[in-house]
Amino acid sequence: MSTRRLLTYAGMIALSVFFVFPVVAMVVLSLQPNETQILADQRTIWAFIPRALSLENYQDIFGREGVSRALFNSVLITVLTVGLGLIVNSMCAYSLARLNWRGRSVILGAVVALMIVPFQSVSVPLLLIVNRLGWLDTYHVQIIPFVANPFFIFLFYQSFIGLPGEIEEAALIDGANRWTIYRRIVVPLSRPAFATVGILQALFVWGSFFWPLMVTRGPEVRPLPVAMQVLFVDPQVPFGDVFAFAAVMTIPVLALYLIFQKWFVQSVASSGLKG
Amino acid sequence: MTATATAVGQHPADDGAEHRAERRADRRARKRRALLEGWGFAAPAILLLSVFLVAPFVLAVYASFTDQRLVPNPNLPTQWVGFRNYSRMFADESFRAGLIFNAIFVIVVVPLQTAFALGLAILVNQKIRFRNGFRTIYFAPVAVTMVVVAVMWSFFFNPGSGLVNAVLDAVSFGYLTPERFGFLNWVLDRNGARAAIIIMSIWQGVGFQMVIYLAGLQAIPDSLYEAAEIDGATNTQKFRYVTIPQLRNTTIFVVLSTTILAFALFDQVEIMTQGGPQDATQTMILRLISFGFRQGQVGLGSALGVFYFLLVVVIAFAQRRLLREERAVA
Repeated sequence: MSTRRLLTYAGMIALSVFFVFPVVAMVVLSLQPNETQILADQRTIWAFIPRALSLENYQDIFGREGVSRALFNSVLITVLTVGLGLIVNSMCAYSLARLNWRGRSVILGAVVALMIVPFQSVSVPLLLIVNRLGWLDTYHVQIIPFVANPFFIFLFYQSFIGLPGEIEEAALIDGANRWTIYRRIVVPLSRPAFATVGILQALFVWGSFFWPLMVTRGPEVRPLPVAMQVLFVDPQVPFGDVFAFAAVMTIPVLALYLIFQKWFVQSVASSGLKG
Repeated sequence: MTATATAVGQHPADDGAEHRAERRADRRARKRRALLEGWGFAAPAILLLSVFLVAPFVLAVYASFTDQRLVPNPNLPTQWVGFRNYSRMFADESFRAGLIFNAIFVIVVVPLQTAFALGLAILVNQKIRFRNGFRTIYFAPVAVTMVVVAVMWSFFFNPGSGLVNAVLDAVSFGYLTPERFGFLNWVLDRNGARAAIIIMSIWQGVGFQMVIYLAGLQAIPDSLYEAAEIDGATNTQKFRYVTIPQLRNTTIFVVLSTTILAFALFDQVEIMTQGGPQDATQTMILRLISFGFRQGQVGLGSALGVFYFLLVVVIAFAQRRLLREERAVA
């Protein structure tokens, strides 16, 4: 191997260290039950080499009020939002891409125009609306506003517009209705689009912090990121617990990422197609 | 659409008036059906977008000209106040501090992160072993929730017990200490807090842009590099005269999407500094949540939301403009 090659590898490994060290430290320190040891270890090499393998911190956080609840809440909210979102957004995109009806181009234009409206800019009046509806501190206030999304409709639209028309026509002649065509032909042929949108939406909902901060007050419906903040700012909570909680929030997503890597990368790359 | 046309075309062209009327009725029925199907499939999304995006947007514009409050006071009906919310917004010192930090963040993060992302993309685009492994690692932070990232880096940036200062102290043989350099107090120091937020934001965000650049690099035809090679171009020249111009649109997208995200800066600041010390890391969205939610001033919060929207529109139009120029040239 040439010196240049060697240097490239050395540089790339150094960069790898830069990108993984926080996650490694999080896991290693979460396995250390001794709080003083964490304080001493977190500024040394021992933040990366486990010298204790105890699940005490994990037992500790799941024994805390609200933590397992927050995990349940986040899973529920993410699953429901993504599930409903895939159905609603893909149906709308199917109509815009494959059906011919009066008003279609106006709606398509409106969807494209709405992609530019950032959620933060409508958040305050939306808070006023959901407050009047009595929706504060509920699950649906964290789900329903995020089901339909113009950007996801657009991603589905781009995928559906490229489907071959012949199969659809053949099915129509065989007497299939549009719903059957959508379910039996369009959805199975567009699995990559569904994976792409599903991953993007799941990452977005799982990490969402800004809106839940405004609409959840108690621990009942609070999702993980807000629960994390509550835990983090409480001086009584030992560091080990914070690390364990961070690991609980991160490890499942990273595991899914490692398994479905190709899809994750593709879904992020596809969000760059917007330009 | 094509299916309908085929079916209509199957009718012979020369049949009587009776048939023609029948056909017209048929066509009308089919059109009505198409309309029902079209709207039927689109209806759930249209309804949800109308209620949760369009309506609040219209309300935001309207409320920004009133003194609407989150919890209405029955003795003080909501009044039209003209541009008062906007003038109060700009008069607010913390809001101006927020604009400043947002601007600093854009000026520092956008070029740094874009260059870093391009460098990473070029590294993982080489024909080398473990290429996919490196890609996986560099992209991994994107899958970590921002709140968790902020919490972890808060520990690392702790001036006394954090890893960052321990490493700096070790590599500089005890020269780089918070006692000697104030900014090494990180979140306790104005510049240090800004630097801490910028570093952790780049750590989390750069993988995203790397992937976009990687897609851009892979779209460059090999023939361009081959032609350059025949002309005797060096690697540097190939990078300067082939890679960079070919990545123009990707770069425009990366720069502008990073800019929009930079103005939305919130999660990491809320966790690490809450805008402090002395408003050094204040942001627009922190002010928005403070006015619109914590103080319940919907009018003022809406004005901020509208301002943020206008900013995004300006950036998006700049992008359109730049992309169109490119097409005109090509």
